[in-house]
Amino acid sequence: MAQAVGESMLRVEDPALLTGTARFADDLPVAAGTLYAVVVRSSEAHAEILTLDTAEALAMPGVEAVITGEEVARISDPLLAAVKRPEGYCLAIGRLRYVGEPLAIVVARSRYEAEDAAELVRLETRPLPPLLDPVAAAEEGAAAIHPEVGSNVVHDRRFRYGDPEAVLGAADRVIEMTVDYPRVLPCPIEGYVVVADYRAGDGIYDVLANFQGPYGLHTVMARALRVPGNRLRLRTPPCSGGSFGAKLAIFTNIVMMCLASRVTGKPVKWVEDRLEHLVASGSGPNRVTRLRAAVTGEGVVEALELDQLEDYGAWMRAPMPGPLYRMHGASSGAYRLRHLAIRNRVVLTNKVPASLVRGFGGPQLYFALERLMQRIAVELALDPLEVVRRNLIPAGSFPYRAPAGALYDSGDYQAAVERAVEEGGLAELRRRRVEARAAGRLYGIGFAAVVEPGMSNMGYLSTLLSPEQRARSGPKDGAIASATVEIDATGSVSVTADSVPQGQGHRTVLAQIVGEVLGLPPEDIAVAAEHDTGREAWSVAAGNYSSRFAGATASAAHLAATRLRDRMARLASQKLNAEPEQLVFEGGRIFARGNPDNAAAFYRVAGSLHWSPGSLPEGMPPSLRETAHWSPPELAPPTEADEINTSLTYGFVFDFCGVEIDRSTGRLTIDRYVTMHDAGRLLHPAIAEGQIVGSYVQALGASLYEDYAYGSDGSLLAGTFADYLLPTAPEVRDPLVLHLETPSPFTRLGAKGLGEGNNMSTPVCIANAVADALDLAEVRLPITEDRINAWLSGAEPPRPERPGAAARATPERRARPAALSGRNSYLIAADRAAVWKRLLDPDALAAVIPGCRRFEQQGERRYLAEAVVRVGPIRGAFTARLELCDLEEPESLRILGEAQGALGAARGEGRLLLVEEGAGTRIDYQYDIDLSGKISSVGSRLLEGASGLLIRQFLAGFARQLETAEGPGAAPAGRSPWRRLLARLGLGR
Amino acid sequence: MKPPAFDYCRPDDLEEVLELLARHGEEASLLAGGQSLVAMLNLRLTRPRVLIDISRLEPLRRLERRGGALEVGAGVTQAALAESLRDSEDSPLLKLALPWVGHYQTRSRGTICGSLAHADPSAELPLCLAALGGSLRLGSARGERELSAEDFQLGPLTTARAPDEMILAARFPLPRPGQGVAFREIARRHGDFAIVALAAIAEGEEIRLAVAGVADRPAVRGWHHEEATLEEALNAFAWDLEGYDDMHASARYRRDLVRRLGRSVIEEARACRS
Repeated sequence: MAQAVGESMLRVEDPALLTGTARFADDLPVAAGTLYAVVVRSSEAHAEILTLDTAEALAMPGVEAVITGEEVARISDPLLAAVKRPEGYCLAIGRLRYVGEPLAIVVARSRYEAEDAAELVRLETRPLPPLLDPVAAAEEGAAAIHPEVGSNVVHDRRFRYGDPEAVLGAADRVIEMTVDYPRVLPCPIEGYVVVADYRAGDGIYDVLANFQGPYGLHTVMARALRVPGNRLRLRTPPCSGGSFGAKLAIFTNIVMMCLASRVTGKPVKWVEDRLEHLVASGSGPNRVTRLRAAVTGEGVVEALELDQLEDYGAWMRAPMPGPLYRMHGASSGAYRLRHLAIRNRVVLTNKVPASLVRGFGGPQLYFALERLMQRIAVELALDPLEVVRRNLIPAGSFPYRAPAGALYDSGDYQAAVERAVEEGGLAELRRRRVEARAAGRLYGIGFAAVVEPGMSNMGYLSTLLSPEQRARSGPKDGAIASATVEIDATGSVSVTADSVPQGQGHRTVLAQIVGEVLGLPPEDIAVAAEHDTGREAWSVAAGNYSSRFAGATASAAHLAATRLRDRMARLASQKLNAEPEQLVFEGGRIFARGNPDNAAAFYRVAGSLHWSPGSLPEGMPPSLRETAHWSPPELAPPTEADEINTSLTYGFVFDFCGVEIDRSTGRLTIDRYVTMHDAGRLLHPAIAEGQIVGSYVQALGASLYEDYAYGSDGSLLAGTFADYLLPTAPEVRDPLVLHLETPSPFTRLGAKGLGEGNNMSTPVCIANAVADALDLAEVRLPITEDRINAWLSGAEPPRPERPGAAARATPERRARPAALSGRNSYLIAADRAAVWKRLLDPDALAAVIPGCRRFEQQGERRYLAEAVVRVGPIRGAFTARLELCDLEEPESLRILGEAQGALGAARGEGRLLLVEEGAGTRIDYQYDIDLSGKISSVGSRLLEGASGLLIRQFLAGFARQLETAEGPGAAPAGRSPWRRLLARLGLGR
Repeated sequence: MKPPAFDYCRPDDLEEVLELLARHGEEASLLAGGQSLVAMLNLRLTRPRVLIDISRLEPLRRLERRGGALEVGAGVTQAALAESLRDSEDSPLLKLALPWVGHYQTRSRGTICGSLAHADPSAELPLCLAALGGSLRLGSARGERELSAEDFQLGPLTTARAPDEMILAARFPLPRPGQGVAFREIARRHGDFAIVALAAIAEGEEIRLAVAGVADRPAVRGWHHEEATLEEALNAFAWDLEGYDDMHASARYRRDLVRRLGRSVIEEARACRS
């Protein structure tokens, strides 16, 4: 059976997963008396908190505590980040800055009771205008969402390498473009789980959480909790339901639950649900990049200017602004240009704080770089592939120092490209494009070449500081990986490591590596995936991120196993009377090379140390447990000139694809997708393939389906998986995956990180193909049928003229999709004066507002209404404040209103125009309503129809009331021409 | 995502269901397949005091030809209907549309009548019932009545079912000789809510076209087929639906689909007239 390193042995993780016996964080037992927490979240994007009343919630059965931001500020400290200001706590205090922001924690005996009580936390706010567009938020004079900081731009640094200004200034041709990369979510199957237990006796917070690292965040959590590191014990579960970056941002929730346990004196468990995961767990940051490139007539880029404006949402959470700096040293991508200017700005807006998402900065960078390469080809009338080829770093120049400081370890980009073109059948795709176009069909081909980083330098984020600031704070560099290998008295081997796997198969690969070093079958090696900061080795670099496993943790495990083998060899050399260097470990035996009969059983040699430590060779420690810590010297701190080797390994990915677009539906079909990877030596080809295809599918989501859209009022539109669309099996055709292996000289096994490449290459490769198919200069993600249709279609056939029909405005494409707006008309068989009088009569209104339970006048033309609004089975109690204004008797008036309820909040206005028509009155009405909260994030699809229905119900009731009041003679029910007309319009039922 | 507390009843016979409905009215919800209801419960969008589980009531699982229609009992799942139609000609339109209803997994629990009762404006089954001019049999302790599809569905998630009533069965008219049908749907992904779904029925030179996903309920229009005026007719229909933008599609895109796919489903339905 294939099981050596480099072969695809069956994964040791899979039997438990496939038989349903794997235990995830939520499956693990908790202590008796554990309480359950629910987080109360903001339904408003930006508002000042006027009052936050928890009394009613606290009085509910089973509720033990309701914790607010003010209490949190008393017992904890702010969460530290690399950008020092703004400073924030784990709960909102005073102001709400994004939809989903936690503002209170309800702790009760059960989750059900906690959710019941959470609905009764009363909040009064004063709305503030939300800022959502990063460019507008970054403008001088924009209102700061953190007034104490003074500006929404919280970081701004410029970098230059070579002489970019001179080269750009002297260039024949400067090509410019601006691109947007949207927000995307990581979306693991399993959400967050925290079980926090504050032990007052010894002052220890003992936490079980599906945290993924990096463990630098442990420091942030301990600081916030006001305890030394050894008083925060953090344990992770054995199995993970995936992460893709998500399970870093759990750390603020860990702090929340620790405080909840401290306040209640009992263990507290919190399981994030899917609603809160989508709205509040954190998305990747969106980035606006302006590029300027100095280009020769042959398409060679000589200098590049990148102006990157990245939107981190409402708060900077560690390790932000990582995505802006993780790629910094490699900002020139796979290309050999030497003159580079970079401006990095971080802007804050009223969105969920940005967090880790697989790809972490790569998708944003390459969407800009590779769109630029395609534009260069179009503008110079060159073949895009030829432009890529002319700019690639030449083979033979590795290790290659990129202008911003990355040290590309190995590669042969030309060989990778040529093999992909050959084996991937590019010529055939080109033929299909010719045929399709000849037949009038739409077909395009796209390319992308990216350098994929692995194992981040812990010092990369310090590049955001000036050299002077860095000198003051001391150097940051390297990245320590840790692994422990232990051989017991029976000769069986156990391994633990710091990689906190999230489903990737680390246990399998570690078993292969350690087994191979010690000459044992990998299935005999026990690898534990759980991590416990109270017991296992770890460093601030520990965790599952930046594709660090194959380069870093694998190297540490290899080092630990090798040291133990050397120790075992010295032990065995006594018995076998052979030099330790001559000994071979194979098949559970140790023997001298060339003399396999002179052998000792592995378990006997191991046992001899445990049972007879007195007879060890001189100077050998009485231990077969070895913890190796490994940090590569190539990961130096940033230089005075801001050069930084941001990562240890740099793989190469070259993709191309052919897409066809159907004119009648705008539907895009990927005809073929080819992805070539050089990730150094592959430790386990099947796992590598799984990572590549998985990354590809995730990128397909970002390219075509996923839209983390905010309405202009800052409400989140995609609050469920019915609206946040992940690709599923029917949407995905497997890509053709090709490999080249140029081993890394910097890792012990020659392997490089490879888990994120297609997140970086695929969105832009598809975008380039679409640009080619439709001849577009600008492509926005996600590329939906609707967008394609808009790009494709010309003027629309007009609405037919209908003599006699009530005038209706053409519904316009709204700039504000969260908002409801509409206009319509309603006919009432009563004269205008009567209608006007009724409209101003509170009793009459109360009788016809659907579901009205209470209606009170609260001043001149001001009313308070409580109503249970029903749309089919959906029911929500709302409290509304209404005001009638701009009264022009008997013609027009305006209604201003706001409503709040468990389903969300609404603010809006309506305008009514009363027009005499025959013996009756036509009410022309139009309305604009902003909705936030649950109703807008889970039901946006139905809202428009539902609001129309409610308004019709109201007007029908109103008309009925008036017509009855006017007497049967005025409008015989069911007979009048009005009724018939209403019925024809589908209004009067 | 935990529902508020409710009582759960699983009556043994239909009389008891109707009795419970009479007693609890608006405060009760019927649970058949639960594919929409349970999600709404967990989202706390709906808060019935009483849940009446009818999923195990044998008499509601009847599926039979009766009085010129295929009568589908309230307990018949989408999967069961699809299975029964596999080798039958009782409803060529449903046969085309059923694979588009949710997903394989949801169809094994979701019921035909549950989808009709839920009245989602994008749903395929209300579209088919409206296109075929079908009806529903409603029952209550007060008696029974039959409503046409048009009179039944009033708006998004809103029907003419009284609080003490339940759907006993849906009646899908059997195909007439010479009829041709076609179905087409555009959704973001397979199984998603339709951006636009269309059903066409051609009989002689008469055309009926039904559209879901655009107006707040399925819309049906019939006309006498004339190639010269088809484009104009489709454009008028597309505009009259008064569709709107949502995050997945603009009103313009929906109108474009009605115009373009309307033509192709009509052509397809005409081509398969027997």
